[in-house]
Amino acid sequence: MSTQKPILQMKQIHKRFPGVKALSNVNLRLFPGEVHALMGENGAGKSTLIKVLTGVYSIDEGSVEMEEAPISVQSPLESQAAGISTVYQEVNLCPNLTVAENIFIGREPRKFGRILWKEMNKRAQEILSERLNLQIDVTEPLYMYSVAVQQLVAIARALNISAKVLILDEPTSSLDKNEVQQLFRIMEKLKQDGLAILFVTHFLDQMYEISDRVTILRNGEFVGEYMAKDLPRLDLVLKMIGKELNLLEELPSLAEEYKDSLGEELVKADGLGRKGAIEPFDLSIHKGEVVGLAGLLGSGRTEAARLFFGADKPDSGKLIFSGRSEGVHTPREAIGRRIAFCSENRKTEGIIGDLTVRENIILALQAKQGVFRTISRKQQEEYADEYIRMLNINPPSPDHLIKNLSGGNQQKVLLARWLLTSPQLFILDEPTRGIDIGAKAEIQKLVLSLSRQGMSFLFISSELEEVLRVSGRIAILRDRHKVKEISGKDMSQHQIMQAIAGG
Amino acid sequence: MSLNRKYIPIVVTILLFLLMFTAGSFRYTGFFSLQVLMNLLIDNAFLLITAVGMSFVILSGGIDLSVGSIIALSTMVSASLVQQHGWSPAVVIPLVLLMGAAFGCGMGAIIHYFKIQPFIVTLAGMFMARGLCYVISIDTITIDNPFYTSVAQTKIALPGGSFISISAIIALIIAALAIFIAHYTRFGRNVYALGGSEQSSLLMGLPVARTKVLVYTLSGLCSALAGIVFTFYMLSGYGLHAVGFELDTIAAVVIGGTLLTGGVGYVLGTFFGVLIQGVIQTIISFEGTLSSWWTKIVIGLLLFVFILLQRVLSANRSSLKQ
Repeated sequence: MSTQKPILQMKQIHKRFPGVKALSNVNLRLFPGEVHALMGENGAGKSTLIKVLTGVYSIDEGSVEMEEAPISVQSPLESQAAGISTVYQEVNLCPNLTVAENIFIGREPRKFGRILWKEMNKRAQEILSERLNLQIDVTEPLYMYSVAVQQLVAIARALNISAKVLILDEPTSSLDKNEVQQLFRIMEKLKQDGLAILFVTHFLDQMYEISDRVTILRNGEFVGEYMAKDLPRLDLVLKMIGKELNLLEELPSLAEEYKDSLGEELVKADGLGRKGAIEPFDLSIHKGEVVGLAGLLGSGRTEAARLFFGADKPDSGKLIFSGRSEGVHTPREAIGRRIAFCSENRKTEGIIGDLTVRENIILALQAKQGVFRTISRKQQEEYADEYIRMLNINPPSPDHLIKNLSGGNQQKVLLARWLLTSPQLFILDEPTRGIDIGAKAEIQKLVLSLSRQGMSFLFISSELEEVLRVSGRIAILRDRHKVKEISGKDMSQHQIMQAIAGG
Repeated sequence: MSLNRKYIPIVVTILLFLLMFTAGSFRYTGFFSLQVLMNLLIDNAFLLITAVGMSFVILSGGIDLSVGSIIALSTMVSASLVQQHGWSPAVVIPLVLLMGAAFGCGMGAIIHYFKIQPFIVTLAGMFMARGLCYVISIDTITIDNPFYTSVAQTKIALPGGSFISISAIIALIIAALAIFIAHYTRFGRNVYALGGSEQSSLLMGLPVARTKVLVYTLSGLCSALAGIVFTFYMLSGYGLHAVGFELDTIAAVVIGGTLLTGGVGYVLGTFFGVLIQGVIQTIISFEGTLSSWWTKIVIGLLLFVFILLQRVLSANRSSLKQ
């Protein structure tokens, strides 16, 4: 296969957005008859690369060659004309139109300007059954069918434009197991037809199942191109997150000393799951315990946390509180059960920028008490002063607008907001992302000292060192499954990495 | 499933019309005749023409509030040029059509290229066109041009002693043409696609800009034509003609089964939506004692029912997807 020439080659692609380097020096080669996986964590630049390739964004630097001739696409239409078709993550078709129309719209068979519906329906049926083994009524509107079928219709549309390169952007993210298998069979078939397929995914298992070649991106940079069968799973994960195995030093866990004094069980997830977010999992959290959730970005960490908080509705399983099975259906109920949730999106789901530090701090407590039991100004100021001192919030003035504070201090205000409601269980989703080292250490210390006082934590972080340092027990997620739970002496970066890589 | 669910709203509309017409026929003597049916078309020709244009706008996911004002402006420009300046109708009519199309085209371009909500842009268009009427004259201009009066009075005999007007025939031709455009041309299908999802339409490489601008152009053109037909009907130009008419038009389209969110509906449905409004008026005039405002009350109720029906159907639709 190595003697073959690539049908599409992207060389040294650079793309900058104001203030951000989205892609730098990225290469990509696609070969006919191959499935090429594009892998990387969220934010690694996968989507940007695809948008550059399909003409949604322009290229700042670098070249694209199709069949050894340079091409320059300025719009999705031009990339289609060049033979590059894309099926996006959210199916980009019109649900109100029929299946046949969705395949043909813009290129309907016509005679004297009149659309030939019969001809169109016949040809749609042919394409679906011959190339995709799909027998459906093409005169039904698209919304009648499942997302999986809609995806296939999108592929049929792409094929009908006589594509040479087919880009599948996270096609499996909303499919169940059988549907994924159906899609893979079709990908195999298309591969045999000589198509070059670019398969964007963050599911490791799926990548190994279907791909011949893999390109890895990290933080917008090109890590490398490998043959899938020559790349061990662990290496893949290390390349995605950017670490060398031998550089992983074992850090002593700060949490170790309190592990023996484990309290009673506070809450237990029993087969809790939500389709397309996280497969059913069990996880129990004890009083005064810090449970870490580790896994790659997009492995279902946040999704699991949201189920604990009632922010999303589970389709299976239940939460058991202190031995009694009672679900949490809304964040309001969760707050009532003294669960607090600090979201990873500090800016959009956390702070209210135009309110002062004091107002931001009392927000959750006031919401919990209800509108009619207002917290007096004096009380508010006492609370604010207390937490500003306790968490060392800088500047130490309760009347600053929170948007003017640094990220670390904003995070502390959010912690204060929830601590004020005296939670039993505190869910922290990436509490230290984007904040400086000093603030990070303070937050970690705070978690530990609060847990010693009996508060439980569910601690999510991309930084393994941090998870190891604060957690008494760690649950590891891979591809939206909980794959392993480790505690005590088993806890090491090496262990976690291996579990994340799986297989 | 014997009946494809996408046809439910239009079938409901047609059945409702038949039901009302039958009920009227049983209740009032002289109601059940071809002439009453023809009168529905004659009296609502301009509504039908405007509603056809509006159907395309709503199918594309937009709205056009300027139609009533464009009708008024068309009557005003026609009356002024023909009556006060002595221009020939052969020049005036094409000119008025061109004006309506250009007005719509301008609004469409603003909506698309500046990404402003159609509601606001056409609201501005509505005020502007209405205001322009008064620049021409603040009074009614009566038309006695022989061409206009003869078109107004021409009755084309139909078998059975009934007749139909030229305006009604124009409206029928426009409706038939629109059905063809909506279902058998790329432009028509692009309008549906645009109403289904603008984002998808862009990514599927459809000419979104052209379609959007054309939709408003078409609506402007239809309004101008409706204005001309209205001139035949009223034989005058006046700045207060067709006040609030855009809402009657939208009501006709919605009662015809078109979803306000775009992408779903039929021009044929609009045709029956117009007839339903007509039949309500006819029933109330046959009743004799009822105030004509009852028309509004019934239309209001019907609108509620249809919007609820759409809600229920689209709720089913999204649950189906899960």
